[in-house]
Amino acid sequence: MYGRRSGFLTFMLAAGMAFIYVPMILLVIYSFNYSKIVPVWGGWSLRWYETLFKSEAVWNAVALSLKIAVINATFATILGTLAGLAMVRFGKFKGRTLFGGMLVAPLVMPEVITGLSLLVLFISLKQLFGWPQDRGFTTITIAHITFSLAYVAVIIQSRLSGMGETLEEAALDLGAKPFRVLTDITMPRLAPGMVAGWLLAFTLSLDDLVIASFVTGPGANTLPILIFSRIRLGLRPDINALATIIILVVAIGVAIAAYIMFRQERQQQRDMQIVDREIP
Amino acid sequence: MTGEQTLSDTPWLEQGAEPFIKIRGVTKKFGEFTAVDNIDLDIYQGELFCLLGGSGCGKSTLLRMLSGFETPTSGSITIDGMDMSNVPPYERPTNMMFQSYALFPHMTVEKNVAFGLKQDKIPVAEINDRVHDILTLVELQDYKKRKPQQLSGGQKQRVALARALVKQPKLLLLDEPLAALDKKLREQTQFELMNIQEKVGITFVVVTHDQEEAMTLSTRIAVMNDGEFMQLGTPTEIYEFPESRFVADFIGSANMLEGRIVEDGPDHVRVKTDLGEVFIDHGQSVKEGSRVWIAIRPEKMHLSKEPPLKPGPNQAFGMVDDIGYLGDISIYKIRLENNQIIDVTAPNQIRPKSRTHTITWEEKVYLHWQASSAVLLTK
Repeated sequence: MYGRRSGFLTFMLAAGMAFIYVPMILLVIYSFNYSKIVPVWGGWSLRWYETLFKSEAVWNAVALSLKIAVINATFATILGTLAGLAMVRFGKFKGRTLFGGMLVAPLVMPEVITGLSLLVLFISLKQLFGWPQDRGFTTITIAHITFSLAYVAVIIQSRLSGMGETLEEAALDLGAKPFRVLTDITMPRLAPGMVAGWLLAFTLSLDDLVIASFVTGPGANTLPILIFSRIRLGLRPDINALATIIILVVAIGVAIAAYIMFRQERQQQRDMQIVDREIP
Repeated sequence: MTGEQTLSDTPWLEQGAEPFIKIRGVTKKFGEFTAVDNIDLDIYQGELFCLLGGSGCGKSTLLRMLSGFETPTSGSITIDGMDMSNVPPYERPTNMMFQSYALFPHMTVEKNVAFGLKQDKIPVAEINDRVHDILTLVELQDYKKRKPQQLSGGQKQRVALARALVKQPKLLLLDEPLAALDKKLREQTQFELMNIQEKVGITFVVVTHDQEEAMTLSTRIAVMNDGEFMQLGTPTEIYEFPESRFVADFIGSANMLEGRIVEDGPDHVRVKTDLGEVFIDHGQSVKEGSRVWIAIRPEKMHLSKEPPLKPGPNQAFGMVDDIGYLGDISIYKIRLENNQIIDVTAPNQIRPKSRTHTITWEEKVYLHWQASSAVLLTK
């Protein structure tokens, strides 16, 4: 049943793919449009890319977004990993259920609420302590870390509970003190989860518009804020060009990830072959 | 491991011998559930001691208390004169071989084995020497640079053994050491394990659910059920002189006959059963008329097509219900008059001339056994 290709399945696949990719293809095509008015075709041109590269505002937004994303991902990974470890490996401590619930709350909390509450926090902090002086880079980064770390914690938690504790026990049994077990056994095995968590936190931060708009101040525009504020005045061809570049970067990222996964799989197959050849 | 000191083969029989491991009144509860129930046990230097039982009988919990992963709810454990109550796993003179081997997947064979030595801050040159020696002992010296996932099951098992042995622990704990291997490899490895234990002279405590494994490996076996010891003894004692129906049935297989004591003499017992009288040539102080069970091993029954010359005790007859041909032996299922099925095994010493068995289905056969073969059980 699954071996044969039915016409219906092929059609559904094509329709699904079209649904996802046709808008993007349109966007890419229009980014090469000479005409200033987006829906009107004026012939092929790279003019909007030129405009884009000359725009300081765009470059600043890209730099700010990347800076926030990297710092956010790094801190969220560290904090999220610690939180995940505490949840899975510290046994039953007092308030574990409450902590667990609070840890995942940001995942289900509407973004507007998160953004609003953080804004209130920053304003009252400023009144009480005079910090943060201006809203912008610092406040956005803090806001992003608070919700990204929940995602990282969930990834780490599920990976940890899937791993079991036998290897840790084996290391303890061989004389490794608990901290050595963490650094020599648990961390290396968590590494893939931490990388995944880092990438997810990085993407979440790059992606975020709502929370950033709440907690940003004058002059600090992340890329999504910039794109959104420009699009409010109508479709603009230079934004199409920017979007095309982002699509390209993402595509390259996905290709690299796929290649790494393919290589790992091949390595595993080779390992299996070595064992098979030598048995018994 | 002092070479001069010759260890007795049966240290538990020596007068005044000091036990190496002393377990006193150890109980472990998980909430309401009692996994290990008030156990006392002495294990002696150089023993290969087996904890045998089905799943959930508490054998693994007892092992984990020896290694320090679980703490007893009450009672005490002493290893080589040291009280283990407040000693964490990483400071105990024990090492454990895990059922799943628990090899570190991100380290090579060499690094796996060296891991324990590194924790003790031993000089690198000495670590290398000891790793080399132990890998030679388990015949894996050519596999140093392999990762665990590049090894077969048997090789992984030997790496796990090497990793646990290289620290020269006072006590090696083995959790189902052979369970993950296939039958042929398992039999071969059993003997390797015994040889290695003799070479290194370390006390082994093995947990297993496989009675055959326990029988071949151990100096003594403790049969466990519901967190308690059912019987403790050498493999021969456990097999030939089971003390309860549970042990008789758990170790090997046994035909169980129910009956009442007719006569209890100083050197014999006579029991009346459904199948007639059973005569046992060893005395046992049981009240006459009380209900007892008689266990007879399948290989201790003799099967014949000819009726016995004269009627007497220890005899029965029935129909062949089924035959299981295993090659070296055959199992005959004999249906007796009272519909009870009795297992009898017989070695296939002579190659049958025709392709049919000499005894065949639906044939009437006669059973008898010697007065020494049956075991009287009161519980």
